[in-house]
Amino acid sequence: MNVTMRILLRSLMVSAWFVLLTFPVLCVKVAARQHTVTVLWERAVGMFAVMIGCSLLWMWYFHRKEHGAESGSSAVSSALAGFSEKWHGLTSNRVFSSSGMGVLLAVGVLLPLVGSMYQTTIFANAFLYVMLALGLNIAVGIAGQLVLGYAAFYAIGAYAYGLLNQYFGLGFWVCLPLGGLLAALAGLLLGFPVLRLQGDYLAIVTLGFGEIVRLLLNNLRDITGGSQGVASIPRPAFFMELSAEQSMNYMYYLTFAAMLVTIVVVARLKNSRVGLALQALRDDEIASEAMGIDLRTVKLQAFALGSCWAGFAGVLLAARINFISPASFTFMDSAMVLSMVVLGGMGSISGVVVAALVLTLAPEYLRAFSEYRMLLFGALMVLMMIFRPQGLIPSRKRAYSPAGAASGSAEGGRA
Amino acid sequence: MNRNAAHPVLRVSSLSRNFGGLRALNDVDLDIRAGEIVALIGPNGAGKTTFFNCVTGIYVPTEGDVFACRPGMETPVRLNGMKPFRITELGLARTFQNIRLFPSMTVLENVMIGRHCRTKAGILGAILRDGRTRAEEQDSVDRAYDLLRELNLAEHWKEEARNLPYGAQRRLEIARALATEPFLLLLDEPAAGMNPQETLELKELVLELREKFRLSVLLIEHDMGMVMSLSDRIFVMEYGSRIAAGTPEEIRHNPEVIRAYLGESDNA
Repeated sequence: MNVTMRILLRSLMVSAWFVLLTFPVLCVKVAARQHTVTVLWERAVGMFAVMIGCSLLWMWYFHRKEHGAESGSSAVSSALAGFSEKWHGLTSNRVFSSSGMGVLLAVGVLLPLVGSMYQTTIFANAFLYVMLALGLNIAVGIAGQLVLGYAAFYAIGAYAYGLLNQYFGLGFWVCLPLGGLLAALAGLLLGFPVLRLQGDYLAIVTLGFGEIVRLLLNNLRDITGGSQGVASIPRPAFFMELSAEQSMNYMYYLTFAAMLVTIVVVARLKNSRVGLALQALRDDEIASEAMGIDLRTVKLQAFALGSCWAGFAGVLLAARINFISPASFTFMDSAMVLSMVVLGGMGSISGVVVAALVLTLAPEYLRAFSEYRMLLFGALMVLMMIFRPQGLIPSRKRAYSPAGAASGSAEGGRA
Repeated sequence: MNRNAAHPVLRVSSLSRNFGGLRALNDVDLDIRAGEIVALIGPNGAGKTTFFNCVTGIYVPTEGDVFACRPGMETPVRLNGMKPFRITELGLARTFQNIRLFPSMTVLENVMIGRHCRTKAGILGAILRDGRTRAEEQDSVDRAYDLLRELNLAEHWKEEARNLPYGAQRRLEIARALATEPFLLLLDEPAAGMNPQETLELKELVLELREKFRLSVLLIEHDMGMVMSLSDRIFVMEYGSRIAAGTPEEIRHNPEVIRAYLGESDNA
């Protein structure tokens, strides 16, 4: 058929072009010592074959998507849609959702008793990222304010504990609220000048803010210790002396509890008058202002509520690893947290939690592929954006039960 | 007439607005008495929407005054330079010429946003979900649903606003505006894009809502049939200035208005 020929021809050309582009890098082996240049033809042929395969699959998919009546029903996306459908079915069923939460809780509580210290550590780290992702989800997912320098707030929390402890001897429990508060204040500080900015411009300013904070931490050597960082930050006190492993577990449980609190609070914030106003801000600023929403208050709320979680997470991080330096708060970290929000589904609580866990745990358990980690990560993001831009588990509409609605209370609010 | 004895709900005097060298509004006067439906008409680009934006706080007037007075209130409030959300709080609610709903939110949630300025729950209430917060929220939900029923939108309450048919989206904008408990409703071309049947229904709806919610209405509209049969008084604008004001009958025969709309046969 004509279409088949066209697809075939295009795949051939795409593959040839790909091999041509990558040839100098992947197929020419230069041994400088021996002054020899070998061309790996078999590798080029192999790549050509693989590319043709991939490209055919790709075009076949889009051909079907465009022409098939069952447009969205490709295997992958229908499986995902089914998954999120089921997920919502599960979570909207009260018995199931509470027992599901119970299982998660049990797993979280039992993990340090069953797993190794290594596993406890990586899970504690994953929980911190869940907190970060949920916090950023308030600003980006719910309120639609694109913040690119989120790691700065994380750093502010961590340094709040590190420095307040070093200079004033303040303990963990004093610094935990202080770290959150300082991060929220920093959020407000950033919020004021960007009140009038939207979209790309806001992203650029917040990106700059992230860099400024990192550079300040790096260069205010007398105060922050520069790139040497702050060392020997104490663990939070407990009623008795703890061994190294016990104190590790103690930190794990603290982080776990903090994550649970974050999930509950962010979910409640989202489903409230404040959360509704934040969503209105995301949808249409002019209309929200005309409907009686004070843009200034709501935007500042979005920034403060979003950044305070990074502050809490920062304090927890400093307490757990005992050492912080500006290298832990780079743009890569901000981008990572943002990817969790996007991958999970903007504004979706459960989606963001799942995405944060997957994106932090997968690299740990896939150490074998560690060289290709970023490659796989990039490919995953590209595929997600093409096939499922709404995220793993899209944000669910909240269920309301108006007094007058006949069918109201029994069903969920999903249309 | 005791209507005339009280302050007008909206009094605009010599309102002007410049955009750089362009004078979009020039010395416009307008007043609306309690319970009146007033139409603002004029050719495209006459400055009607600019006038709306000056009254609702989106633009700050260059010169002139805008005073609003809720029926029963002693002294009028000067609106110049007030933020849009304050003006809405005061009791002026508007719709938009190009529909501006919150597309990704449900129909019910759209109306609930209108309740925002009449409710109080803050961050702490949201986190604790105490009895007062929950009661207030349920009250918002119920009132929003009642408004939807009022505007024949109740069956759509769970749908996303972007999926509504066009006419329903226009009605939803009105429902959302009513949720802010206004005394003056400002409608910017509510019948745009509607067929004659829908326009007729809209007219009935506006009359009904005026009675039910004791509203005064200011509307911009191009559909002359609707304007002539609906409004108590009409103001006509051209090139940023007011060229006529009066009852529909007076406007129909006003030579200035006819010239503005049909052009002048210049054979003198």
